[in-house]
Amino acid sequence: MATGTDTKVHLVREHALDLLKQMVLIRRFEEKSAELYSAEKIRGFLHLYIGEEANAVGVMQALGPDDAIVATYREHGHALARGLPPGEIMAEMYGKASGSSRGRGGSMHIFDARHRFYGGNAIVGGGLPLAVGLALADKMQDNNRVTCCFFGEGAAAEGEFHESLNLAALWNLPVLFICENNGYAMGTALERSESNPDISRHAEAYSIASEDVDGMNVVDVEAAARRAVAAIRTGNGPRFLENKTYRFRAHSMFDAELYRDKAEVEQWKKIGPVVRFTDWLVESGMIRQADMDTIEQEVEQIIGDAVTFAEQAPWEPVEDLTRDVMTPTAQDGVLS
Amino acid sequence: MTATRTLTYREAIREALREAMQRDERVFLMGEDVGRYGGAYACSKGLIEEFGEARIRDTPLSESGFTGAGIGAALGGMRPIVEIMTVNFSLLALDQIVNTAATLRHMSGGQFSVPLVIRMATGAGRQLAAQHSHSLECWFAHVPGLRVVAPATVADARGMLWTALQDPDPVIMFEHATLYNDEGEVAAEGQVSCDLDNAAIRRTGKDVSLITYSGSLKKTLDAAQQLSEEGVDCEVIDLRSLRPLDDATIMSSVSKTARAVIVDEGWRSGSLAGEISARIQEQAFYSLDAPVERVCSVEVPIPYPSHLEMAATPQAEGIMAAVRKTLRK
Amino acid sequence: MPSLGADMDEGTLVEWLKQPGDRIHKGDILAVVETQKGAIEIEVFSDGVFRDCLASPGDRVPVGEVIAILDSGKASAAPTGKAALAVPVADAKALQEPLARGRKVTPAARRLAQESGMDISRVVPDGTGVVGLQQVRAHAAITGPPAVPTGRIDLKEMRKAIAAAMARSKREIPHYYVSSDIDVTALMDWLAEENAARSVADRLLYAVPLFCILARTLLETSELNGQYEAGEFSPSQSVHAGIAIAMRGGGLIAPAIRDVAGKGLDELRVSLTDLVGRVRSGRLRSSELSGATVTFSNLGERTADTLMPIIYPPQVAIIGCGQIAPRPWVKDGEVHIRQIMSITVAGDHRVSDGRSAARFLSRLEKRLAKPEVS
Repeated sequence: MATGTDTKVHLVREHALDLLKQMVLIRRFEEKSAELYSAEKIRGFLHLYIGEEANAVGVMQALGPDDAIVATYREHGHALARGLPPGEIMAEMYGKASGSSRGRGGSMHIFDARHRFYGGNAIVGGGLPLAVGLALADKMQDNNRVTCCFFGEGAAAEGEFHESLNLAALWNLPVLFICENNGYAMGTALERSESNPDISRHAEAYSIASEDVDGMNVVDVEAAARRAVAAIRTGNGPRFLENKTYRFRAHSMFDAELYRDKAEVEQWKKIGPVVRFTDWLVESGMIRQADMDTIEQEVEQIIGDAVTFAEQAPWEPVEDLTRDVMTPTAQDGVLS
Repeated sequence: MTATRTLTYREAIREALREAMQRDERVFLMGEDVGRYGGAYACSKGLIEEFGEARIRDTPLSESGFTGAGIGAALGGMRPIVEIMTVNFSLLALDQIVNTAATLRHMSGGQFSVPLVIRMATGAGRQLAAQHSHSLECWFAHVPGLRVVAPATVADARGMLWTALQDPDPVIMFEHATLYNDEGEVAAEGQVSCDLDNAAIRRTGKDVSLITYSGSLKKTLDAAQQLSEEGVDCEVIDLRSLRPLDDATIMSSVSKTARAVIVDEGWRSGSLAGEISARIQEQAFYSLDAPVERVCSVEVPIPYPSHLEMAATPQAEGIMAAVRKTLRK
Repeated sequence: MPSLGADMDEGTLVEWLKQPGDRIHKGDILAVVETQKGAIEIEVFSDGVFRDCLASPGDRVPVGEVIAILDSGKASAAPTGKAALAVPVADAKALQEPLARGRKVTPAARRLAQESGMDISRVVPDGTGVVGLQQVRAHAAITGPPAVPTGRIDLKEMRKAIAAAMARSKREIPHYYVSSDIDVTALMDWLAEENAARSVADRLLYAVPLFCILARTLLETSELNGQYEAGEFSPSQSVHAGIAIAMRGGGLIAPAIRDVAGKGLDELRVSLTDLVGRVRSGRLRSSELSGATVTFSNLGERTADTLMPIIYPPQVAIIGCGQIAPRPWVKDGEVHIRQIMSITVAGDHRVSDGRSAARFLSRLEKRLAKPEVS
């Protein structure tokens, strides 16, 4: 994986195959999730990332293991791209004790301390102040780290979006704000909710350098993220990317999609991140159909293993119901 | 060692802030006007000169933003103290406090604790009317994942902050705005620390248990003193911790006196007083010799004129009347 | 095994007080049974012969099981079954209902009463109609432990209880006092004559005819006999007289003898002897613990002349009798030496007036002058 401080994308064959494989993994993982949801293995809300894979995969290329990620409730793709074990993510969606968050969070609340993955936040806009604080801590402790905060364009209407952008800029904090603009906040089109639907202009109002990115193109996303992260690491404060993207599936599983035309969806699917990148790689001769077959087989294996892991994982005993509300202390007898 | 000093509540808070900043470089104070202005209640006056603006951090009027930033900074290894000017303003940050600070540990399956202290002023008594005078401690005390404390004495104001900062989970600390000028005894430097867990018996007695906290403690002690002249011997419990509640101390006292009066500046409906009353009923029902009485605020937004503000909030006379009622006098 | 309460499932036989073959009379105590609420005496309600006992001391017997067979002497009477057996000592319903009306009992009071085996329905509530801890403690101290053979009355608690009851009385009851010095020479002469004809064991103390005459006179003055509760006076048809009995070591207790006016002299004598004995042993019956409609307080011989007693709530009168002493007394225009007793009625002014007490004393004087017909 090409990560680190490089500001340019080195699209050698291995890296291209890696990007493709990660996007395919997310795609198939989400498709499997939908299937398992129908089979009632996964319950609650399930928000799928299909169509938006290029964003998580592209941005993660620019981040190192010490950097932090704050994501939304549509975060399976971010968790996978960040390298969280697929079995643990799947087990979390099952609600099993082996899940990323011991099953307490479910689909919307995937956390992983080892990967500095801070959720899984299901209050729209709620993750932004958190990212500001993480970055503030880094700045105060002289850690050369970046906090990357993902949110949708719907969050731009929340006060916390504005408060956080202002604070991050005011205090010159190392935050990378990624607005994944998929055009709809649930069923409300951006044009119907924002007086100025150009979200990156909002960032500019707080003097944050921003860039519009083709969120359907993984290479463009990676390149933009690398530029932004490099700028942040120089100590020049936050950066903002507005990634124009599209979700091919409904907002969540129970959504009749009355708010958009099927034709519109089909139009976007034609420029889907997987199909476009694959076509481009094949056309340029960097990969062959056999490579695709290999990727599909490997991904199938990974997902099969993840489902098996989730199926076999234990349920948390009810006796443990009230654990992890407060931190155990020595006097509770837990650590002593 | 019994050497004590006399400080005001405000000085005690300031001294506690200074001590915390000196002892732990991860500690910083953040909030509206905590720096150059010196704090809305002057608690942090002079600290910005001493510790600099990075650690005495003025914020924009963005309660949700800076409270959430406090949560993030706590996750990131700092020990932030967030000051929110009054509990009424904390409602703008309630999303961060309830949906994030209180839930993160649980949602993450125990991976992330939030060692954050949020201080805020609360309560009526200074004619600040209906947007600066309410007592909403109960709302926070309702939420699992938070710890809620209310120092009612100068000694607790001095001692609680450091203990709160040692707590791995979010601690909400309520400072009643009528207390800041009060003077009280504080232990010598180095001996000021105190626990956050236990209620304190501020006056022992055998006839009736008066259970209260924060700004109402003074009024309750005043009522107890007047009642003692009538031959009624009241025990006064200062809860100190509103979440968790120290049931053991409450039940032990009520089992002794068989009567309880709860004095709570919050509105009666859905109040802490209601919660405590329910617990007494659950745990000490067979000890009761009279119905539990509650002295709470009248269910009206706090009015501006002094006489109406007084009438709306618990006063010694009302406490005394409630005590007599439990004695069927 | 009689049911002595709705919550009683079984009882443990402590002892038989009668043996098979004994003749038994209505009111006799047949046995003592230990229950969750302490030891209780089992009373018999018909005359007859104790034929057989079917349980031994120590046996736990469910309510409704036959423990004894009594022969009522009537051919048709089945010698078994609950009805023929024994029922609770207390005529509970009659006593409880007027007291239980509108009563509130605090959880703590109910628990304390339960723990000490007290019948909460007999505890006199406070001025607001509530039975609280204070009322239960006062009741317990005055009545002592409930019919437990080994029971001891806590004198310290009793002093507290007296303090509470008397303070309440003086706080709530507007007392008036009416006294008369009464010539009881005729009574004493009659008594000497009566006792001369009796065996030593059966001799009467003067308290016996005195109480008998007090009770019968009270029947004619109903405003001095009854209970006042929740602002309402309920006169009583019978005189259930609380008899003030001094305890060794201090303290005072006033258990009731029911229907004193309806008792013969010997019946009353036995009752008094029994009562004093049981006060000393701490074994009082629940029916005696409350339900008095008036109290008699007799100072006795070689004590003092006049007693101004305090009413025991919820009663409305108490009659205090001083010592009998020889005094110069004008009778038929001449001075004689006569045996004189000063009798004081303390009355509740909410219920009666001094005139009632004066009328009572006047009637009493007439009766005492003719003890043989009284």
